[in-house]
Amino acid sequence: MSIDTQLFEGKLIRLAPIDHEKDPEVESRWTHDLSLSRALWRKPAMPLSVTQMKKKYEAIEKEVDETKRCFHFTIRGREDNRLLGFVRIEGVEWTHSIGSLKLAIGDPVERGKGYGSEALQLMLRFAFSELNLYRVSVVVGEDNPAAVKFFTRFGFVEEVRRRKALVRDGQTWDSIHLGLLRDEWLASNSKEEDGDEK
Amino acid sequence: MDTNLLHGSLVRLAVEEPKINAEVYALWNRDSEFMRLLDAEPAYPPSVKKLTELIQKDQEKDPASFYLFAIRTLEGDKLVGYIGLDGEAFPHGELFVGIAIGEREAWGKGYGTDAMKVILRYAFQELNLRRVSLDTFEYNPRAIRSYEKAGFVHEGRAREFLHREGRRWDLIFMGILREEWLAKDTS
Amino acid sequence: MKNDLLTGKLVHLTAENPEVMAECFSRWNQDSEWLRLLDTEPPRLFSQKNWKEWLEKNLEKDERDRIFFAIRTLEGETLIGFTGLFDLFQQHGDTLVAIALGERKFWGNGYGSDAMRVMLRYAFNELNLHRVGLIVFEYNPRAIRSYEKVGFVPEGRVRGAMLRDGRRWDYLYMGIMREEWLAKGIMTS
Repeated sequence: MSIDTQLFEGKLIRLAPIDHEKDPEVESRWTHDLSLSRALWRKPAMPLSVTQMKKKYEAIEKEVDETKRCFHFTIRGREDNRLLGFVRIEGVEWTHSIGSLKLAIGDPVERGKGYGSEALQLMLRFAFSELNLYRVSVVVGEDNPAAVKFFTRFGFVEEVRRRKALVRDGQTWDSIHLGLLRDEWLASNSKEEDGDEK
Repeated sequence: MDTNLLHGSLVRLAVEEPKINAEVYALWNRDSEFMRLLDAEPAYPPSVKKLTELIQKDQEKDPASFYLFAIRTLEGDKLVGYIGLDGEAFPHGELFVGIAIGEREAWGKGYGTDAMKVILRYAFQELNLRRVSLDTFEYNPRAIRSYEKAGFVHEGRAREFLHREGRRWDLIFMGILREEWLAKDTS
Repeated sequence: MKNDLLTGKLVHLTAENPEVMAECFSRWNQDSEWLRLLDTEPPRLFSQKNWKEWLEKNLEKDERDRIFFAIRTLEGETLIGFTGLFDLFQQHGDTLVAIALGERKFWGNGYGSDAMRVMLRYAFNELNLHRVGLIVFEYNPRAIRSYEKVGFVPEGRVRGAMLRDGRRWDYLYMGIMREEWLAKGIMTS
């Protein structure tokens, strides 16, 4: 990996900024599937109108700009630049070099195609090699086993279980914290074959 | 119905004029050991003005979202620390508790444990929470022991989370469920 | 994890832009019968512009004690009404629910009950509430029947609280508890 390696361009997808014209309508549609919201946040899942989505995007860019503790990217198809999802590092504590990660592929139909994996790989490289973070955390609900599998495949280690922290559909679920240290990621990437032609 | 919900056997929890608390808190915050035991944010002493505004802003929220209390001794009415419940209680019924005993001479006298007893009762009987969580630093064994005594169960550690004094330290998570608190609560 | 939390058999609940709701409200409010079935306040007719501004202002407020959804038909995506929770006491797990179908031709065909069932499932399965209550007017028997069918139980009457068209009317409190909702087995599987 060197200075001329492209941080944002993958083979299938790219990490890109928010398109305030096109994206609100797409993501507003995704929010009507509450399982997506439940996978990402603890607060009550609520769909958002296009207007609300526009405001949310403005707030995100404000947060990125002003707090300097948050890095938000859209995930877009490499060919047609269509919005597939988002990935972000938030809650960065610079003195400890740590941050929290969130990733989502919005439309269930687009999952399982490798977009999330590629986006995560790019984001981790950004976090460890550009932000110089020492560790990245992720919090996932026990009611989302696919997410636990996804992150553990990338080397995240389950570290904390807040027992019965969530109530959904009348059942309790643990909240699971996973963590990945830079050294672990570097070791597993020592055979990285990203190449330089993008 | 217990009217002394905020009274323990050694301390009581109170909500006071922001400026009164801020003046004392500001003094404690100049004790860097105190700051580093309490917070992951870089130790930095805030001004009285800044603290007053923070406390005021929190008191103005209606309904409250951050339940912050001053800790006063029952005997002598001395302000020894603060304790609060933070997070979003709805809809899962969980909050994080944080406690700080700022007066060094008040350390090791059971005030913290007593305040924690009171806040847990408030959390489970008034806020109707299902669980209370906390996180604490590996280098604060006194606090960890106190939490274990209060009934908190170890739930894991975020490895090498903090970077201080040239080495890394784990962030320890603990939690107490309503059922566990009910089983423990003898009063 | 179900992904159809907001979808019923005939309708689904959505979040809409202020200008869309404003257009609907200003049209529906011309129907005074609809207004009097819904609200105790004397009907005032506001312009679409006024509605839009009011809705936008409400969007800014981050009110934790209320939630609002539009109701759209599954077939044709017609916006036929709204439903929402208000006076939600998070600490106690109690709330009031309201529902109104502004499009007359959808009255009496099960759209309201379907929307209410979806709303209840959201209240119990996402917000983890303990009970949902409502207030309905004595002169709205169609609504009362619909609520009873869904599982609401009468809890009391406030006698003679309303005066309309020269006579006094009661309003009725009804409620459904979580256990009752589970027992009824509506949309729980």
